[in-house]
Amino acid sequence: MRIALFATCLADTMFPAAAKATVRLLERLGHEVVFPEAQTCCGQMHINTGYQKEALPLVRRYVRTFEPYDVIVAPSGSCTGSIRHQHKMVANAAGDSGLAAGAEQVATRTYELSELLIDVLKVEDVGAYYPHRVTYHPTCHSLRMLRVGDRPLRLLRHVRGLDLVELPAAEQCCGFGGTFAVKNADTSTAMLADKMRHVLDTGADVCTAGDTSCLMHIGGGLSRLRTGVKTVHLAEILASTEAATV
Amino acid sequence: MSSKDLILGRVRSALGGHPAAPEIPRSYRRDFPPADLDVLIERLVDYKAVVHRGADVAAIVGDIIGAGTLVVPPGLPPEWLPPEALLVDVDEADGVVTGAAVAIAETGTIVLDGSPDQGRRLLTLLPDLHICVLRPEQVVASVPEAVARLDPTRPLTWISGPSATSDIELNRVEGVHGPRNLHVILLEV
Amino acid sequence: MSTFLGMPVAHAPRGVGHLRGDEPFPAAARTALANPQLRRNLQHATTTIRGKSGRVIAELPDWQELRAAGSALKAYTMANLPRLLEQLEEKVTAAGGVVHWAADAAEANRIVTGLVRATGEQRVIKIKSMATQEIGLNEALEDAGITPVETDLAELIVQLGDDKPSHILVPAIHRNRSEIREIFLRAMPGVDPALTDDPPALAAAARRYLRETFLTTKVAVSGANFGIAETGTLTVVESEGNGRMCLTLPDTLITVMGIEKVVPTWQDLEVFLQLLPRASTGERMNPYTSMWHGVTPGDGPQNFHLVLLDNGRSAVLADEVGRQALHCIRCSACLNVCPVYERTGGHAYGSVYPGPIGAVLSPQLTGVEDNASLPYASSLCGACFDACPVKIDIPSILVHLRNQVPHPAGEKAVMAAAAYTMDRPRLYARAQRAAKFAKLVGKRGRGLPPPLNGWSAARDLPTPPAETFRDWWRGR
Ligand code: SF4
Repeated sequence: MRIALFATCLADTMFPAAAKATVRLLERLGHEVVFPEAQTCCGQMHINTGYQKEALPLVRRYVRTFEPYDVIVAPSGSCTGSIRHQHKMVANAAGDSGLAAGAEQVATRTYELSELLIDVLKVEDVGAYYPHRVTYHPTCHSLRMLRVGDRPLRLLRHVRGLDLVELPAAEQCCGFGGTFAVKNADTSTAMLADKMRHVLDTGADVCTAGDTSCLMHIGGGLSRLRTGVKTVHLAEILASTEAATV
Repeated sequence: MSSKDLILGRVRSALGGHPAAPEIPRSYRRDFPPADLDVLIERLVDYKAVVHRGADVAAIVGDIIGAGTLVVPPGLPPEWLPPEALLVDVDEADGVVTGAAVAIAETGTIVLDGSPDQGRRLLTLLPDLHICVLRPEQVVASVPEAVARLDPTRPLTWISGPSATSDIELNRVEGVHGPRNLHVILLEV
Repeated sequence: MSTFLGMPVAHAPRGVGHLRGDEPFPAAARTALANPQLRRNLQHATTTIRGKSGRVIAELPDWQELRAAGSALKAYTMANLPRLLEQLEEKVTAAGGVVHWAADAAEANRIVTGLVRATGEQRVIKIKSMATQEIGLNEALEDAGITPVETDLAELIVQLGDDKPSHILVPAIHRNRSEIREIFLRAMPGVDPALTDDPPALAAAARRYLRETFLTTKVAVSGANFGIAETGTLTVVESEGNGRMCLTLPDTLITVMGIEKVVPTWQDLEVFLQLLPRASTGERMNPYTSMWHGVTPGDGPQNFHLVLLDNGRSAVLADEVGRQALHCIRCSACLNVCPVYERTGGHAYGSVYPGPIGAVLSPQLTGVEDNASLPYASSLCGACFDACPVKIDIPSILVHLRNQVPHPAGEKAVMAAAAYTMDRPRLYARAQRAAKFAKLVGKRGRGLPPPLNGWSAARDLPTPPAETFRDWWRGR
């Protein structure tokens, strides 16, 4: 299958490992990955901060860039959520019904990684090997906007060598929330403190999730406190094999 | 302009003509099997009501009230009262005995509607003990059935267990201003 | 905001009521976050209620269908509001009640104060009501020499403690049992000095304290959970029996109800009476629900007044996205699941409506400029939307309102520049490669300028990678 990768601006710029892992994983599974270079950002940060007008060209760009592809994957629950639930709204608010229709179309073909693997490619065991104790944070937008449910856990359970430990109060937000972490830094930090406590309670040496943004937040806290716990994107775990671990 | 005209004018402006009103999807449960009395009892007990079953109401009432005083609504069936009952005014009564309009099994609720066997609302409010007699045919399974049976032009009191509060650390604690003891007698015929 | 038919939108006026805080949310939250007792009390209470509510909701196989019906009923109500309000007025009047219309808080306070004055009474008993908190009725009554006595246990704790409510349902949620005991010992006349902090003992103390007041006060003021247009029936949902006392014992009852609380038909209660108790106190049914129809000869108050309150609600209705906030049945489920509320408590929101619903309702009632920080008081985690029994999409309203907030100039410039760059892939790629970023921010982000240093106070920034994904892809 030919799959277009939407890397997301954050992974492209700061966490290329997550996007590279997505490519490696899908190619290993026998699919062709393309990266349309006109892509930049889905506009979520602008939309969620109250800059819907400024986000309009980004929505337009996303739709135009990915319209030619039948299957699109993003290694991010929250960007996929924005594409699926906000792009049409932004287009409608701007009175552009043509764009709204296009956005809706492209959105139905855009999948978060675990959705793509399980719903489209019908694979749970991706043949990965990752010999670590891992806990999974579901991230709010994967959980409640996309309803990915236990898909990521099903994928992780098939990873050889991986010791999956349940995260207490997993469904609670880590406190990132985009600009929330800046505008309400104190409250965000209080939420992060509880998330880190739960991660540390599991005794895991790796905390994984389907969003680089939440991982940047949780990882930033874990690193500041020198906890020795790493944050690793789900794609990186699924891409690892005996031959090439991350 | 009167405030009424002002408010309604603002509301009409805000709505901008006639916005589409959605259909109400009533796909929630509306057909219920006959009420299960065991469910009613379980739910009443769960909310700290005391449940009795029997045909001899007067004897059960006598056991509950002991030497205490009672007030009763004007239309209470006289055979529900023990012969030795001490009847007093509402503000002196230890307990009150009433019938009911409807009971809901699923929620453990009894509803009073001020009929002659239940009396005015004050009667079931001031005494610390409320004894409520239920006939089996008054028990329905669900809230929708109860709403359908009740008359919205009567003063209605829905009672689910004794007076309680969740105001201290969000835990239910029984016994604030209403009756602290609720006894329900399920009449067996 | 668009207007039709020439009527300007009218927000809740300044200078009266409790919809505006003294400081922006982040500052108020900072103070609250530093209070360990508050943090522990809230965490304990919200965890308890989430568990209870989850269990009784799971008992209903048709919870989602009930939510869908509740949501549609509210949308139907808003679309037909003028007709339903007039119908309610007609039915209440026919049943012996008197209906008053209050365009704003000041008018509502004037009406209620005038009605109490006309009875010649100096004291009123009150059932917990968000509407009367919103308009600052207690202060207005006190200014008129009338003593309002709050009879709900939590409101009493707040009133005796000279405190502010911090939760829609349990205004004293920020207090634990030992603090409540201290407040009672300090401020409750005639209290037993041997009072313990056992919750039943505390409840019994309130019972003793208020009993005489209930029996001797001739005027009561209440809110209403539902007003049925079809029949004119009013409904109050409560737990303790203080509501029953207020609705039964006095000669005069004055009910203040927001115009959005009207319900089309009697049958519709079958939906709301299933949704509300399970979502709010986590009970199958709350201990007491009272319904009354105007005046019933020989039973209860013989004078009944219904005050219908706008106070900014029509302005909320004018916003097609935001109007959903008027669907709220004040169950407080969204507060109880909110990770922000759980940590900051209700006072940080400044308004009587705290938590997620407050963050969307207060700014719309007052106009966003008066509560500009509230739409940002959320991480958009979506837990509120999932919990809401009438399916109010609070995250979407928050995002929508953020577009109406006046943005700081610096932020505006940065966001515009970012959007400009991101719409030009070549420029974007160059910006990505500008490794200067790393030098600018210093090691792990500790050199970031405000407001970005809020991030770096507690979190390291990631080390920028050697090459972007884009570059890697090109080089493959
Ligand atoms: S917004 Fe929904 S969840 Fe929140 S209080 Fe209102 S009805 Fe309850």
